[in-house]
Formats: sequence, C-alpha cells, structure tokens
Amino acid sequence: MAVVETRNLTKVFKEGELGAVNDVSLVTEEGEFLVCLGPSGSGKTTLLRMIAGLETPTSGEILIGGQVVNRLSPRERRIAMVFQSYALYPHLSVYKNIAFPLKAQKVPKDQHRKKVEWAAELLGIGRLLDRKPRELSGGERQRVALARAIVREPAVFLLDEPLSNLDAKLRASARQELEQFQARVATTTIYVTHDQVEAMAMGDRIVVMNFGEVRQIGSAAEVYDDPADTFVATFLGSPPMNLVEQGDVIVGFRPEHFFPVTQLAGRAALPEEIRVTDRQGPFVSLRFRVSHQEYLGAERLVYGSLEGGRCDGKKVVSRMSASHAASYETGSLHAFAVSERHLKFFDRQTQKRTRPRPDPWW
Amino acid sequence: MVVNRTKVKSAGATQIPALGIAMFAPSVLFIVLLIGLPFMLAVLYAFSDARIGSTGFHLVGLENFRSILHSPSFRKALRNSIVFTLCAQAIVVVCSTILSIALEKPFRGRGLVRFLILLSWVAPVSLGTIGWKWILDSIYSVITWVLVWLHIYKPYSAPMWLGEPHLAMASVILVHCWRLIPFSTVIILAGLSAIPKEIPEAASIDGAGFWRTLFQINIPMMTPILSVAVLFGTIFTFTDMTVVYILTAGGPFDSTQTLPSLAFATGIAGSDLAAGAAISLFLVPVLVVVAYLMLRLAHRAEVV
Repeated sequence: MAVVETRNLTKVFKEGELGAVNDVSLVTEEGEFLVCLGPSGSGKTTLLRMIAGLETPTSGEILIGGQVVNRLSPRERRIAMVFQSYALYPHLSVYKNIAFPLKAQKVPKDQHRKKVEWAAELLGIGRLLDRKPRELSGGERQRVALARAIVREPAVFLLDEPLSNLDAKLRASARQELEQFQARVATTTIYVTHDQVEAMAMGDRIVVMNFGEVRQIGSAAEVYDDPADTFVATFLGSPPMNLVEQGDVIVGFRPEHFFPVTQLAGRAALPEEIRVTDRQGPFVSLRFRVSHQEYLGAERLVYGSLEGGRCDGKKVVSRMSASHAASYETGSLHAFAVSERHLKFFDRQTQKRTRPRPDPWW
Repeated sequence: MVVNRTKVKSAGATQIPALGIAMFAPSVLFIVLLIGLPFMLAVLYAFSDARIGSTGFHLVGLENFRSILHSPSFRKALRNSIVFTLCAQAIVVVCSTILSIALEKPFRGRGLVRFLILLSWVAPVSLGTIGWKWILDSIYSVITWVLVWLHIYKPYSAPMWLGEPHLAMASVILVHCWRLIPFSTVIILAGLSAIPKEIPEAASIDGAGFWRTLFQINIPMMTPILSVAVLFGTIFTFTDMTVVYILTAGGPFDSTQTLPSLAFATGIAGSDLAAGAAISLFLVPVLVVVAYLMLRLAHRAEVV
C-alpha cells in the first residue's frame, strides 16, 4: 500500500498547445478511493497514464510511496491498472491471463495456482478459469481484468473507466461490488470516470478536472454542495445547477432547491423541503413561467424561465417529487421560491465562488 | 436469397439475375480461360507425348512421370525448390517481423523509410533481378569490389557469387528475400497495428519486458497475419522462376534449378512439352495445401 502524489504534473502533447494536463498537484491518502471526474478531454486519463508510467510527463513529479517514480518503468512502480477495454490477452485462457503478472514478475511457479485461485475466488470467477476472454460476457471480462490486477497485490490500483462498457443494470451492481472489494483489500485506488453518479457513489474524495486542470478536490458532498466554480456547479448534478447572471456575479441554485411557494405552507410539501421550511430561513420568491416538463417516474423536472425584476427571461429548472399534485401546464405562471442559504455566488469574470452578496440580487 | 427478393419485388427486379450473371461473368471467364484451360491442358500434356512441333498426339499414361522421377535433375530441382522456399521464408519472417516492429514506432521520416522499403516490392521483378545480376557479376560486382578494397579478398581469389553452387544458391535466396521482405513487412505491420495498444501496455504494467511482450503477447496475437504472410511468401517463392532464370538460369550444374525453372527448361527450351507439364504438376499438391490453409485462415479471421 502506498500514497500517490503528483507535484505540478504537466503533459503537453504538441509544443505551443495547451497541455492535456496542467500543473496538477494532488495527494491521495493511504487506502483511499480517489475518483478523477471530468468530461472527455479533461486530461483525467492522461493523468492516470502518467501515474502508470505509460506516458512521460512534460514536467512535474510523480511520487508513489514517497519515492519519485518519474524515471521508473511501469513494471517497477508496483501498480496495477484496469483499462476501459479491459485489455485481456485474447489468446490466453482466463487462468493464464490472471497468472501473467505472476510469471512476468518471476513469482515462484508453485505459488501461481494458489494465488490465481485466491484472486478468482475473490471475484467469483473460479469456474471460468479455462475459458478464453472472447467466451466471456462483459461483466465477467471486467472481473477477470480486476483479478489480474489484484493477483500480485499491488501498491496502487489505477482504474480507467472500468464500468463504462457494461450495461446500465450491470453497472450499478458492479459499482457496488467494486466499492466493497476496494474496501476489503484497502489498496489506494485512483479511479477515472466521466460518470458523476459513479464518482459520487464510490469516491472517498472526488477530483473534478476540466481542460487538464483540477477544479476542485473534495468529498461528494463538498463538490456537490460547495462547488468551487461554475464548471463544477454545472458538471455535477442532473439537471445542473441553475445559473443566473446578475451584473458582475452569477447566482446559482440547485433545481431541487427551487420549488413552488405553495409547498412552503407545509401542506403538500416534500420531505426535503420540509426541512427548509422548518428552519424558516429567508426565501427569495420568483415568478416562474413554465415552458415544458418531464415526468421521470420518481420525480419531475419543470423547465421554464423567470419573469419580472432583473432576472427576466433567465432559463431555470425545478426538480420536484412526482407525487407533488399541482399541475404545471405550458405557459402557466407560478410563484416559486429558493432559500437564501441555498444560493451560491460566482464571480462573473473568474467563474470562481465568491462570498454572498448582501444586496438583493433579484 | 436473391430469388426470394425478386419474387417480392415488382417486374423490374427480375432483371437482377441477368445483371448478376453479367457482373459475375468476367471473373468466371478469367478463371476458366486463363487458369482452368491451361491447367487442364497441362494435365492432358503430362499424360501424352506432346513435343513442340510434333503433329501426332498419343496418350502414354504415367510414362512421363516415371521418367522424371528417375531423373536426377528433377530430384535436385524438387529439393532446391523446398530448400529455397524454407530458407527464404525463415529469413523473410524474422527480418520483416523485426522491420515491422521498428517501423511501427513513430519517428521522424517514418513515411519515407516505409516508402523506400516498399520500393523493392513495387519494382518489376525482372528489372530488380537484372540489377542484382550486375551486383553479383563475376567481373563487375560491387560487392567483390568493396571486399577487395577492404583487403578481405585478393582480386584474383574473389568469390564467384553466381558461379559456385553454394554461393549461387545463397544469392538466389538473398534476392528472393530482398523481394519478399517489403511485402511481408507491410502485411505484418498491418497485423501489428491491429493489436489494441492497451494490450502491450497492460503487459508492461503487469511487469513484462520487451522480449516477454514480444514473444508471449504480440507474436501470438499476430499468428493469423503471420501465417498469411508466410503462405503468400511460400506461393511466391515456390512458383517463381524469374529470379532463378535471370540470375543463374538454373546453373551452375543445376545447383539452383527449381521446379518452375526446370519445367521451363525442359518443356519450352528443351521442347519436351509433356515432360515440362509433368514437372510443373508437382507444384500442384503444395499449392493446394497452401491454398486450403489460406482459405481456412481467412475464414477464421472473419469469425473472430
């Protein structure tokens, strides 16, 4: 087990161009499950590949277990990596796939069978050992890839979107298994994904990246409730945070914090909003013209725009429980409200979080 | 399936079979006229006493085969053909695998190097071989000139590249390799680039070094494409007579005679059509096996 650290890590693929990874400094904790989250092209995979030793950094340092590993080859870094495509060796059986790292690292031959069986049992693929990768389903391949990664007990796990090739249902269960598995082996893990649900569900901490830069590092609650800038605010959450420009600030609030005033009375209120009303914090009420709505089973999304005042015409979304009885027909006007403590303020120039404005912004 | 579809469709669609036949006809004609007919003729000649200029035509049964099997030059040609093919293929596979690994990594001027290497395949065989004939000439050889200049040989004792049996054999194999390496390199390069790059990367993370990755991952994954290269190469070398004919014409003392060149020398130059046809028929079993293996490989490649 080991701590992974990067210091001002930068990767520039073409001279003169913006780096794929820019000046990234981060430190994992011992045994931590760290998730790198970002849209495609944000540099998260490049970062992972540099830690793995598959990509040479342009500048900066990588430390694993306190030792600078920039000059070490992948095999000397004591890491294991699971690729998005799993990268199983197609001509080898599952057994030989899992045993390959042992062979390559010259583990004595008499220990192979025991170790392979241990890894296979841990992932529940003991009965598949004689098959070839092409005879396996997606979920089974993913487990073989994991088994191959753990068999030699690496210091660090690197996972590059290992669940993205699975169908939605399998992904949910695989996510849970992976999480439990990581907790059991307690190996420091860096997990790259573009799926915010995966990131929030699994990560001890989340590193949000965009354009090769780290935008925020924090727990799921921190990055969701306290986004450092407008990118984090809109990348996390579905639908994303409503942003309303007001002069030199941008005011943001989550769709679930934007709800009908009628609910404030408490009669038809939803559990999460009741908490809000109980505290009796100050509210900002807004007039909301509905343009259309989406029914999603458990909840519904009401799209529309604000009317009147300084924020006339700004597009916003409200997210409410589907059990909320009122109807929101297209074109109808409603009184909505948002608690003041749920308002986030961003500087319009830098897009970064700023302190709340005391003056009325609406 | 085509028939079913025409039934469902309207009147205009009934023309599809005619169009189909029209599209199909050129290749059938090509195969029948240029391959099927000469092949049948060769079989017929092999059992006859046909000679260039003779007017009579008698079937003589297995007489031609019996006589060539007893002929020492035929046995030598058969052995030479096998030696040529095996040696050339062994050298070609090793060299072109090395070359393709070198050419797969990006470097400055890679396109130019790839182009230059391919040139020897693009050049007409006969022209290239004539060039080699001069390079290996007993008097004007640049190789000999360089060796003499380096004081490795005295001018009067320099090796006769095409004049001594073993050297002549080596020279013919060398020219075959020169011609086939680019071709195999291109095929193997295609196979190498078809390996997803994550797989060797995974191997390097798993702790495999260059050699282990090469022999346990890359080469096994390339086996289908390597076999295609070998089978093509086998056909090219086994049936080729241009190189032998131009370089040595089978000499000295039949030491570089191969089945095709012996068939030509006997059937056309020696005007014994029947014996020439019988000799060339000995190529058939080898080619049938190679063709069968190739079709099977092609089929397997489609499935996977």
